[in-house]
Amino acid sequence: MADSQEEKLVSIIKEKFEDQVVLVEQLYDFLTITLKKDKIVEIIRFLYDNPETKFQFLTTITAIHYPHTNESRTVMGQASNIVVDTPAPEGKIALMYQLHNLYSNERVRLKIYLPESNPVVPTLTTVFSAANWMEREAYDFFGVIFEGHPNLKRILNVEDMVIFPMRKEYPLEDQTRDDKRDEMFGR
Amino acid sequence: MENVITTQSGSKVTLGEKPEGYEGAGFFATSLEKVVGMARKNSIWPLPFATSCCGIEFMATMGAHYDLARFGSERLSFSPRQADLLMVMGTIAKKMGPILRQVYEQMAEPRWVLSVGACASSGGIFDTYSVLQGIDRIIPVDVYVPGCPPRPEQIIDGVMKIQRLVETESLRRRDSPEYKAMLNKYGIE
Amino acid sequence: MDSTTTDIDKVIPEEKQYSYLNLGPTHPATHGIFQNVLKMDGEIIVESEPTIGYIHRAFEKLAERRPYNQITPITDRLNYCSAPINNIGWHMTVEKLLNVEIPKRVQYLRVIIMELARITDHLICNAVIGVDTGALTGFVYMFQQRELVYEIYEEICGARLTTNIGRIGGFERDFSPKAWEKINKFMKEFPLVLKEFENLLSRNRIFMDRTIGCGGIKADRALNYSFTGPNLRAAGVDYDVRVAKPYSSYQDFDFTIPVGLNGDVYDRFMVRQEEMWQSLNIIKQAMDKLPEGPFHAEVPEFYLPPKEEVYNNMEALIYQFKIVMGETDVPKGEVYHCVEGGNGELGFYLISDGGRTPFRLHFRRPCYIFYQAYPEIIKGSMLSDAILTMSSMNVIAGELDA
Repeated sequence: MADSQEEKLVSIIKEKFEDQVVLVEQLYDFLTITLKKDKIVEIIRFLYDNPETKFQFLTTITAIHYPHTNESRTVMGQASNIVVDTPAPEGKIALMYQLHNLYSNERVRLKIYLPESNPVVPTLTTVFSAANWMEREAYDFFGVIFEGHPNLKRILNVEDMVIFPMRKEYPLEDQTRDDKRDEMFGR
Repeated sequence: MENVITTQSGSKVTLGEKPEGYEGAGFFATSLEKVVGMARKNSIWPLPFATSCCGIEFMATMGAHYDLARFGSERLSFSPRQADLLMVMGTIAKKMGPILRQVYEQMAEPRWVLSVGACASSGGIFDTYSVLQGIDRIIPVDVYVPGCPPRPEQIIDGVMKIQRLVETESLRRRDSPEYKAMLNKYGIE
Repeated sequence: MDSTTTDIDKVIPEEKQYSYLNLGPTHPATHGIFQNVLKMDGEIIVESEPTIGYIHRAFEKLAERRPYNQITPITDRLNYCSAPINNIGWHMTVEKLLNVEIPKRVQYLRVIIMELARITDHLICNAVIGVDTGALTGFVYMFQQRELVYEIYEEICGARLTTNIGRIGGFERDFSPKAWEKINKFMKEFPLVLKEFENLLSRNRIFMDRTIGCGGIKADRALNYSFTGPNLRAAGVDYDVRVAKPYSSYQDFDFTIPVGLNGDVYDRFMVRQEEMWQSLNIIKQAMDKLPEGPFHAEVPEFYLPPKEEVYNNMEALIYQFKIVMGETDVPKGEVYHCVEGGNGELGFYLISDGGRTPFRLHFRRPCYIFYQAYPEIIKGSMLSDAILTMSSMNVIAGELDA
């Protein structure tokens, strides 16, 4: 029963947006669909309005940074062979949307991959008001630019920070502190 | 013990310590510092600057079980101008630092600072880019209470140590050049 | 002829002048540190702009540095009023990644602890709603009851507030007879105090006049803002993770989900009040039906072996060393697990790269998500109602900023 629900969902999406679907996986009881980034807002709007798939609850939006190393390519799994439109190989920033259909209690995860040098994607605030701060958090920590966002500023970090701290190249600790010796803490 | 008296109804009451002085019929002569110290230490008005989990332990300390009001801190003052003791409880992030500094500067002398919890004393378990590694980087601190979060008994112990400092402080301390030099080190006028 | 006094009705103001009020980060009424700059027309709020991040401690980046069993103390500090729920939620996420089967006894004990934590979280919220309307007595009574729950936690795990309770796979030791004694004492005494607190406020004329109609939100706006938890249930939607996606044997228990009508402050207060009664019901059922069995699952990579074996058995010694140094590996995978926290759906999204620390850990924090609706809720209301709304939404600063 559960399988056919998920297959039904995948077939509904593929019927309209066949060319956008890249990969469909079932990860630990969660249906995960990897899409191309061009029409993501349209797809989510379609899932919102369509009476067969009423995904009208946004659980969360978050970003993941996969730097250009062999280890992170193995973490990406099958999605590591996706072509993103840049000529040179570089790291990827993935954006993950989790939607929930409260009527039939179904959940789906949509993932898109953006190039590290230019992570731009249209905003979801036209569909869900909850996406406002979730996208600001993704901008603050990863530098993902959401086009059309009403107020894309830093939200949790200090206003004049220039780096995007959750990216893998930045360290956790404050490098200017002098009271903790790194070798004693195993760093 | 000589400090325990029995009242008319039969209950035993322990008196506080009398400062040294010369006593006579209807008068008691002692130095001004001791009287002022005794008065100040029993009526400290704290400003609870509670940011995170240590704030909940402070609420438990103010509750009925571990009553902090019996030490004279019945009236919590949320306005810095009317407070004596700044109790910083919880993590102070770098974004919050200037605000803490502003609150400290608004307090009038004599003022004391109690840093409750590991995060306020030294950054605690959060050795990250966004957390200030100890409030003594921006304001002078008198007593540190370690713990994550400290038990209410520890917080009361910290307040009692502050009381000891208040009692024995010289009246001229706040005008002395050493105190002014210490404030200058922090950049506070 | 026109006299010098002009008719006041004919005077049309050209420009309205608004005043700006800074409800700053340090304010006695905002329980937690967040700032709101309010644009006011007299006493009515026209617009507001919240600023958060004053206690941002970078949990998600910190979690990428720490091995799996050392992340539990960080999860404590998310919603610190109900820390055991966060801990157990994290443990369940890792157990899902490892595909571990948890014994029934552990699941029931976890339910007891989580419901106790839920009671303490709602206690604080309701007491604080009372304080903000001027009723300080309930606060003192409720905090006294929290002391009883602290004693229970101390018997089980040693700490009062930030508990770090349980281990990946179960509990470090079975509940001692002293712990059961304290739980029984709590179950006998708490209903009386809760009834007394309810009599103080729930049919109190002043409280009802103050809170009904104040800070309401409609169900469809609440769903669009991804509300969960008591705030959503007060608006009329009966979504509870314990029923929608049962975890840790919640499907074995019989309880109802209270739902409000208007989503205003009174509804939130009553929903939390009723949830406390339901939690007591669940704890009683769990205690009656508690099965015998082991108090932890067999997870040798994460669960410390007993000390007798460590001193005698080579394998146990190696496991002990690896667990304490944090050198155990997990399978690669991407997992999402959610639990019903005090404020709603608390989710843990974990990506593991097969190493000793997570590749990415994201907390889906309910407070962060519903606080963005605050400017819309208080638009057009008065300042004192805005303060009351903020405290009724139970915004915990630790969960807001992470």
